[in-house]
Amino acid sequence: MRARTRRLYTFGIAALLVIAAAALAFFALRENANLFYTPEILAEKGLPKEGREVKVGGWVEPGSLTYADGGATMRFTVIDNSPNTITVSFTGVAPDLFREGQGVVATGRFSPEGEFTARQLLAKHDENYQPRELKPLEAGG
Amino acid sequence: MIELGHFAAFLALGLSLAQAVFGLKGERRLAGLAAVTGFGVMALSFLILIFAFMRSDFSVALVANNSHTLKPMVYKIAGAWGNHEGSMALWCLVTIGFGAIAAATMRTGRETFEARALGVQGMLAFGSLAYLLFASSPFLRLDPAPFQGAGLNPLLQDPALALHPPMLYLGYVGYSFVFALAAAGLMEGRIDRVWAKEARIWSLAAFAPLTLGIALGSYWAYYELGWGGWWFWDPVENASLMPWLIGAALLHSVIVTEKRESFAAWTALLAVLSFLFSILGAFLVRSGVLTSVHAFAVDPERGTLLLLGLLAYGGFALGLFAMRAPALTGGKPWQLFSREGALMANNVVLIVATLTVLLGTLFPLIAEAFGRTISVGEPYFNLTFVPILVLILILLPVVQAWAWGKADLKTWTRWAMGGAALTAVFLLLGVGVMSIPLGAAFGVAVGVWLVFGGVWEMKRRAMTLGRVFKMPARVWAMTLAHVGLGLFVIGAVIETSGRYEATLALAEGGTGTVAGWEITLKEVRAIEGPNWYADKAVLTACKGGASAELLPMKRFYPAAMMPTTETAIHKTGTGDLYVALGEQREVDGQARWVFRVYYNPMVDLLYFGVVLIGLGGLLAMWPEKRGLKPSEGAA
Repeated sequence: MRARTRRLYTFGIAALLVIAAAALAFFALRENANLFYTPEILAEKGLPKEGREVKVGGWVEPGSLTYADGGATMRFTVIDNSPNTITVSFTGVAPDLFREGQGVVATGRFSPEGEFTARQLLAKHDENYQPRELKPLEAGG
Repeated sequence: MIELGHFAAFLALGLSLAQAVFGLKGERRLAGLAAVTGFGVMALSFLILIFAFMRSDFSVALVANNSHTLKPMVYKIAGAWGNHEGSMALWCLVTIGFGAIAAATMRTGRETFEARALGVQGMLAFGSLAYLLFASSPFLRLDPAPFQGAGLNPLLQDPALALHPPMLYLGYVGYSFVFALAAAGLMEGRIDRVWAKEARIWSLAAFAPLTLGIALGSYWAYYELGWGGWWFWDPVENASLMPWLIGAALLHSVIVTEKRESFAAWTALLAVLSFLFSILGAFLVRSGVLTSVHAFAVDPERGTLLLLGLLAYGGFALGLFAMRAPALTGGKPWQLFSREGALMANNVVLIVATLTVLLGTLFPLIAEAFGRTISVGEPYFNLTFVPILVLILILLPVVQAWAWGKADLKTWTRWAMGGAALTAVFLLLGVGVMSIPLGAAFGVAVGVWLVFGGVWEMKRRAMTLGRVFKMPARVWAMTLAHVGLGLFVIGAVIETSGRYEATLALAEGGTGTVAGWEITLKEVRAIEGPNWYADKAVLTACKGGASAELLPMKRFYPAAMMPTTETAIHKTGTGDLYVALGEQREVDGQARWVFRVYYNPMVDLLYFGVVLIGLGGLLAMWPEKRGLKPSEGAA
């Protein structure tokens, strides 16, 4: 095979693969990039497509934490600077720095009724680290 | 005392400049001398820093901010690099160290080339030392000195994490010398057999520790974070995966350049990229531009400096590449279906896979520029990275037998039929008999296919059992790495698809069941360690005749005001029963403790596979015996 033909083949195959990967990535990002919701954004934009995984962030409303399932599931309300709220339930161990009144970011899905079931919780760590998503909130508050 | 360390680091800065100047002028001996002396001086500086940590000298700001008298000695020492400034000092030491070892061992017979490589390495060392001394000095004093230090982040007080940064840095920084070799080769316009021999050794010297470093970090996250998983597609993890993938591509393409003098420009480009991606990794980790669960020593201003360094190095090397690459000549002719073609396919797939990781990692930044806050998680990577990589995993056992130049395709059909039969057996057994998901059965088949292919290739090359032990180290290395890859795939697929997790809320004396294990909470005790106190749960787990005691802890480090989770893991032989202790909850007037319980099958197999890949990388560095026919050397 002449070098030019070979180069043509190599580039052709590589280009095909790149295009396939780009298409995959485009599709995967459209379906799987997690949009971020605060109570205010939720009130403004409405519920995301059903079954779509998203993130929810805000502060844990003081006094809202209750337990269900014999203690395995925690339920609490997330608030921000708007009058709206989101109810979040999470089965599992709370992150070490989870406190009422503190910032929290939850990953999970909304039910059609608008209740959020989290599969992962991240809490604000300390002065040096906090979920970036919460920064605009703090600035506003 | 610390002033001496500070002074020594300045001396090292001067020596690295001398190394750069002499090297680029072509003075091999003087550049080597500067490199070796610089290494001695920098090692002294770093030892003085460690010594300050050992003595808990709180008049040094870095020690005061990151250490504590009550900390065990081993973590006092590890604390020296468990923070931004100290780890940069380690980065500098390793950069200079690679140059010094190269200066002492390089024997290519090309004096100007070696001098220039040392010169470029001197430039890189100068850059990182300047950054250390002027933007993140670990040698600053604190006046007045506090009586007690602030303590090391308790999450980092762990044996795996004490070793993780040095290992990772040997990998990241190891690519600096690969970069230097590429730059020197491009300056000379000679990327040939001799160049590739040298570049291959150094890319292995970076690849093996990088592999082990990533494994250590992942293992730490597995048992310390209490989330039961071993890879979260977190930006910080991706930052280490990308140079690893580029490094793996480089390892394969440099062989073609070494054996056939083909792929010269491509190999040089990969050599440059491997280091650029290492710096990109450091930038992503340090700048805090991305949300990470492992965020560590984050500082946006330093991030800007790292980005400038990345642009400067990248501009220099890629500019050099653009000028010189077109003049590089191709090697021996080859057909598409040949070992060259196979290794080219390997490279294309690895690079495309790297790009999908890069896109997934940076996409939140791009979206943020357009005013939308989003994040990209595991589902994206499972849909892109995994299928792309599976492509090459399926091909590997078939194409590794192909000859240089032109492959004999007669065995191709036999391989294809063998692979199809193996897959059919696994799908039938897995989906039909054991009713596991289709994807998982297919994944395990791919892993077994790789292990089988690795062993088969050894058999093909050795012909007889007796000759297996006489095979060159490189063939053994390849077999180890490919079998390790297969074991990793099997472990990863089984762990991911077979993981079982549940949450239990138990009062003392209470019982719950997870994955067939009956778990009883006997009591929760308050205990105290050298620099922490903790709640320690005593659990018994029974399944059939087997029983185990599990003692998960929740520690609190008062110096850092930080809690940590100490998981309890019971090895069952085929998997891990894994328990993390959560907080105490008031439920119906009763105090209950929350536990996150996982059953993680085949986790050890997964790590064993990765360690085999790393060991394969080390073994491949073994000097080759003379007089071997080139055809017997491994690919």
